[in-house]
Amino acid sequence: MSETITHNQMEHIHTEHVHRDDFGAKIGMWLFLFTELLLFGGLFLLYMAYRLQYSHEFHIGARELNIGIGTFNTIILLTSSMTMALSIAAMQRSRKGLSLFLLASTIALAFGFLVNKFFEWSAKFGHGLYPGSETLLGKPRGEYLFYGMYYAMTGLHAIHVIIGMIILTFMFVFIVRNSITSTNYIKLENSGLYWHLVDLIWIFLFPLFYLMR
Amino acid sequence: MENEHSEKHHAVGYGTYVLIWLVLVGLTVTTVSISGINLGNIALAVALLIAAMKSAFVINIFMHIKFEDKIFKVFIAVALMTLLSVFVLTAFDVFFR
Amino acid sequence: MSENTGTMPYISFLHAESKHKGIFKWILSTDHKRIGIMYMMGMLGFLLVGITFGFLMKLEMLTPGKTLMDAQTYNALFTLHGVIMIFLFIIPGLSAVFGNFMLPIQIGARDVAFPRLNLLSWWLYVIGGILAISSLFLQGGPIDTGWTFYVPYSLRTGTNVSLPLFAAFILGFSSILTGINFVTTVHRLRAPGMDFFKMPLFVWAVYSTAWIQVIATPVIGITIILVIVERIFSLGIFDPALGGDPLLFQHLFWIYSHPAVYIMILPAMGAVSEIIPTFAKRTIFGYKAIAYSSLAIAFIGYFVWAHHMFTSGISDTSRFIFSLLTFLVAIPSGVKVFNWVATLYKGSITPGVPLLFVMMFIFLFSIGGLTGLVLGSLATDVHLTDTYFVVAHFHYVMFGGTVMIFFASLHYWLPKMFGRMYNEKVARWSVGLIFVGFNMLYFTMFILGYEGQPRRYWDYLPQFQTLHVISTVGSWILISGILLMIGNLHRGMKRGPLAGNNPWGGKTLEWTIPSPPPVHNFDEIPVITHGPYNYGDEEVK
Repeated sequence: MSETITHNQMEHIHTEHVHRDDFGAKIGMWLFLFTELLLFGGLFLLYMAYRLQYSHEFHIGARELNIGIGTFNTIILLTSSMTMALSIAAMQRSRKGLSLFLLASTIALAFGFLVNKFFEWSAKFGHGLYPGSETLLGKPRGEYLFYGMYYAMTGLHAIHVIIGMIILTFMFVFIVRNSITSTNYIKLENSGLYWHLVDLIWIFLFPLFYLMR
Repeated sequence: MENEHSEKHHAVGYGTYVLIWLVLVGLTVTTVSISGINLGNIALAVALLIAAMKSAFVINIFMHIKFEDKIFKVFIAVALMTLLSVFVLTAFDVFFR
Repeated sequence: MSENTGTMPYISFLHAESKHKGIFKWILSTDHKRIGIMYMMGMLGFLLVGITFGFLMKLEMLTPGKTLMDAQTYNALFTLHGVIMIFLFIIPGLSAVFGNFMLPIQIGARDVAFPRLNLLSWWLYVIGGILAISSLFLQGGPIDTGWTFYVPYSLRTGTNVSLPLFAAFILGFSSILTGINFVTTVHRLRAPGMDFFKMPLFVWAVYSTAWIQVIATPVIGITIILVIVERIFSLGIFDPALGGDPLLFQHLFWIYSHPAVYIMILPAMGAVSEIIPTFAKRTIFGYKAIAYSSLAIAFIGYFVWAHHMFTSGISDTSRFIFSLLTFLVAIPSGVKVFNWVATLYKGSITPGVPLLFVMMFIFLFSIGGLTGLVLGSLATDVHLTDTYFVVAHFHYVMFGGTVMIFFASLHYWLPKMFGRMYNEKVARWSVGLIFVGFNMLYFTMFILGYEGQPRRYWDYLPQFQTLHVISTVGSWILISGILLMIGNLHRGMKRGPLAGNNPWGGKTLEWTIPSPPPVHNFDEIPVITHGPYNYGDEEVK
């Protein structure tokens, strides 16, 4: 516990601190997740204010969104969250191959989510429903704002999905190269936390945009 | 130092994760079906309640918070309470303007 | 002269070699002490830029009408003065310099929890600074919105708004990473035996600040992104022409920017709690009260933001609530001031230069705090809002508060950081000049504001000229004091007499190791058995 460590300083000048603290790393990751929470929090706050001001227009706007794609994407993200958790569980049990497979599934599901999102947005653009368009400028201001909020919030979320995919790809390489192992998997665990946060945000975005009709 | 925390790993079984996933999908189906019924003013409350239940499962099981040290729970409480207070205080303006 | 006896020869962090060469030994170093010093250099550089802009503004106000620049230049100057002083100087502030340098040492650690992340914070700070400065010379011309970037003007103006906003976003990221680092460091790297209530009060203050950095900064991040996106894609979110509500921008802006005021002041209050016991040779009075009041300020400070918006048209209910909450912040602030004064009482006081700065701080900060109550009351705020009264209040709290303690800390910790001492006599002169210049410059602004001089105006009525002239002359005295001080510190750092390990008789851990500190701070991690300010034995004598 409170052992005193005598250091010969000369030896340590050339070495970085290699003292490993998984618990500390996890604290740091959670603090970072709070910043993400507050980042989206600002948008949710705007959503609350505008929904209150334009509740009727928001209802009409929500009818335009495709509930089928929304539900499908929700289930994709939930499934990817599960494969992520399972991938860590497999790593804890030293099953490297299984862990890699589950991690790859997570990345594939994330990609599937983005593909759906792409088609959903393109359909909207096809109908002229994008910020600054003639169609949208002709609609009541509340509906204009609904789409403003829709693109801002799902867009920021999509950026987080992309960042998550990049991080998870790095983790895949780390596992292949054995720098993540069954005794040292904090990087994988923290990436998992990030991925679950992306899922959590979507859990709230989904009903607020798709189900409020 | 207090390294004993990090040694204690509660390994959750594969089955638990699959079970939680089933519950989450079930709740999603529920909330989508409910949205077809016209619940009027409480529709938003019900949808958010279901979303909160889903997040509780994700945070506690997928994100392991149920098995983590107390400090994480305190931190999460602080962050959520702050967010909630900001919402309430802003609402005092937008509700009563 | 060489007082550095009693310890074995060692390699100080200033001279340590690494795998890098030349300047890369510093700018790629993950040593928290070097990062602290690099922050100090960067911030002093930006301070001088900000002072230059302030000097030019005051020069312009010497006579009514045009003195040496046109109105648009003046608009750009007050914006840049604000942006640079706020985002590049006092928000990183004491936390980035002395937090980085002293916090790990004061809790008996060899570095922060994430040293490489710490270096990244500094790089982001530098990149943000470069972006902010380069926006001056790019197409569109320097930003003229005021440092608050209020919409809808910031959406409409043709000046270069997006780049400085993006710079502020990067700087926010830097601040967040520092916050994450410090919270984790305090939780994980305290020396054996150092529980929370044995930590020095500076650590408490930096810890509370770190929490605000983590929890508040993302809100400005999203606000800034939305303004940039709004300028490009017109989402309508803040644009009243498209249905958006500019007041919501103000809410989001102040949800961060008010707590940011506490990011600036809390570490300064922590440093005061270090300097006072050392120079009074007394255990701090009310240790727990001061520690908790830091947390209380951080907490309540989060919930008072709308007092910046009393006249903007928010609801009466929220004006009432926010006015009430604003008064509540005065309580923990008052707790601190009374405990500091009580510590001095019957102490054996050495009037060293850091303590002189602290006394100046208490005087100026009290004026700033009390005028804050005037602005926090709804009725008087209507009369005084957007006048020089607000400018004076803000400078009394931030300059008279945070920056004076920044100066105090430079004097207090210089011998520890560089192992050398400044010239005491010159330092006293600079303290005097700063005090006189400061009050001439800003106290006149209280009167001007009360008489109706609006802020951010390029022109004024002839009847205000006498006070404006006094104020401008004050700015010259203040600047000469600051330059004298920086020159003296620079000379002391390079050629001053060796200071020894503990020139002030301080009791916290940084005074137990050699000056300048060795690379890894402690040969043996100390085991803590008592509180940080145990002057108990000496008091008995």
